[in-house]
Amino acid sequence: MGKRVLLIEDEPNIIEAIRFILSRDGWTVEVHSDGASAVDAVDRKQPDIVILDVMLPNKSGFDILRDLRAAPEHAARPVLMLTARGQKKDRDMAEAAGVSHFMTKPFSNSEMLDVVRGLAQQPTDGGDA
Amino acid sequence: MSRSALTGTRIRERRTLEGIKQADLARTVEISPAYLNLIEHNRRRIGGKLLIDIARALNIEPSALTEGAEAPLMEGLQDAASKMPQQKDAGGKVAPAPETARSEEFAGRFPGWAALVVEQRDRITALERRVEALNDRLAHDPFLSDSLHEVLSTVTAIRSTAGILNNAGEIDRDWQARFHRNLYEDSQRLAQGSQALVSYLDSVGKSEDTLSSPLEEVEAWLADRDFFLHELEQGQMPDIMDAPALRSASAKQLARRWVLRARAEAEKMPLSMVEAVVTEQGPDPAALAQTAGVDLPAAMRRLASMPAGGSFPPIGLAMCDGSGALIYRKPLDGFAPPRFGAACPLWPLYQALLRPMVPIRRVLEQHGQPPRRFLAYAIAQPLKPTSFEGPEIVEATMLFIPLDRIDLTPRENEVLGVGTSCRVCARTNCLARREPSLVLEEPEEG
Repeated sequence: MGKRVLLIEDEPNIIEAIRFILSRDGWTVEVHSDGASAVDAVDRKQPDIVILDVMLPNKSGFDILRDLRAAPEHAARPVLMLTARGQKKDRDMAEAAGVSHFMTKPFSNSEMLDVVRGLAQQPTDGGDA
Repeated sequence: MSRSALTGTRIRERRTLEGIKQADLARTVEISPAYLNLIEHNRRRIGGKLLIDIARALNIEPSALTEGAEAPLMEGLQDAASKMPQQKDAGGKVAPAPETARSEEFAGRFPGWAALVVEQRDRITALERRVEALNDRLAHDPFLSDSLHEVLSTVTAIRSTAGILNNAGEIDRDWQARFHRNLYEDSQRLAQGSQALVSYLDSVGKSEDTLSSPLEEVEAWLADRDFFLHELEQGQMPDIMDAPALRSASAKQLARRWVLRARAEAEKMPLSMVEAVVTEQGPDPAALAQTAGVDLPAAMRRLASMPAGGSFPPIGLAMCDGSGALIYRKPLDGFAPPRFGAACPLWPLYQALLRPMVPIRRVLEQHGQPPRRFLAYAIAQPLKPTSFEGPEIVEATMLFIPLDRIDLTPRENEVLGVGTSCRVCARTNCLARREPSLVLEEPEEG
């Protein structure tokens, strides 16, 4: 069984495209679209990598990331953050919250694949944005 | 009392107006034409007997040569200098600062250039405020933020889907159909989203309301009409909706509120009543309030809305809310409430806020060239509450009249020295100073 990605995103067509690209690359992609229950979803599914959108219904990606990093079992879990807001302050906020990688929309499929593959090869005892 | 360095300019203007040659005037007042030329170009200060002789030769009062209407120009120049950032040239050398001590000489010798500097200061300030407003809108406008997010998310979906269809090799027919449908849907969303965004940005670009505040528009509108709305004297409303100076809806709303209050006050204090009170007792708001049975702020506002000239002296007005923010400004020559930033904290307007309902009457001396004295009346009072639960809202009002237009000679120790705002005020050792002055010739002690 391949490695597992949990995609936390609420745009159906982005979900479909990312799911297709990663599935073809051998990943098992699971999807969660609500911000409020996102940390529970990570608890349940224990994915190898989390792809996390910033703008989610009910809870922002930044808050979800902070909650994840506060929990010892998720402290080193690779988290790739997606955002349409590429301003420095957003990047700084993501880094301060402990993001592993920060990607600005729109991104190319190859870029997404490269980053996810790269995160999968990283040791899980620390992140590198 | 120091005399304005612009006296020479006024002498030259008056002489030209009278059609007198420079050599003839010099002969009349028994000085050399060369010396008169230096005086007229503000290169020599003038006073005493020579000033009186020149004024007599030009058929004018000496005070008309020493006290001009250049106060706004001088304040504008000082303000422009105070806002100039320190700049370095290509070699890293600090550019020279404006010679603020010689601003009068500059304005006297090059009045056109001086006016241009002040006009550009106003324009720069307006543009900076517009940039600030647009920045604020970009950062905080929920519609803009949501629209941009929507457009970028849709573009992301289109880019990924198109990439899959273009580069992913063999794709199952069902997946192909799904991605084509997604592309179609997303292209529709993108068209709608970008159209809405363009319409929104277009409306922002057309809106003039970021160029000046609604209050400034109302003040400009009133200033265009010399602060006198003659329609109110017949119980009518002036045209607010089509007034060119009132560009934004907020300004129209503010003007309407102001006019409604002014109309009610005009009904209680008809022009004939105000004229009679001023003729008999002078421009005293207490006398008018007592005659009309109104409160003091209403009498002050009514006095300040009288037509200039005739039986009325020039009357200025400033109002502020409980935070000290100026909410109305009717300036006078020599006493101009600042357009931007905070005013002088020594003004009775602010002293009144400390003691609501206690009327204050003070003679003020506005620092300037030359210093000008005014009689100021001020009072702060709570606005009428609309319910018992609401917060207490206070408004302060200050009326000011040039002292030389009323019959009052104050004792020197009763005169309170004030300024316009700290940055352009040259009063030394002022306990109320918030920040250093850029026009002080000598540093303050302590």
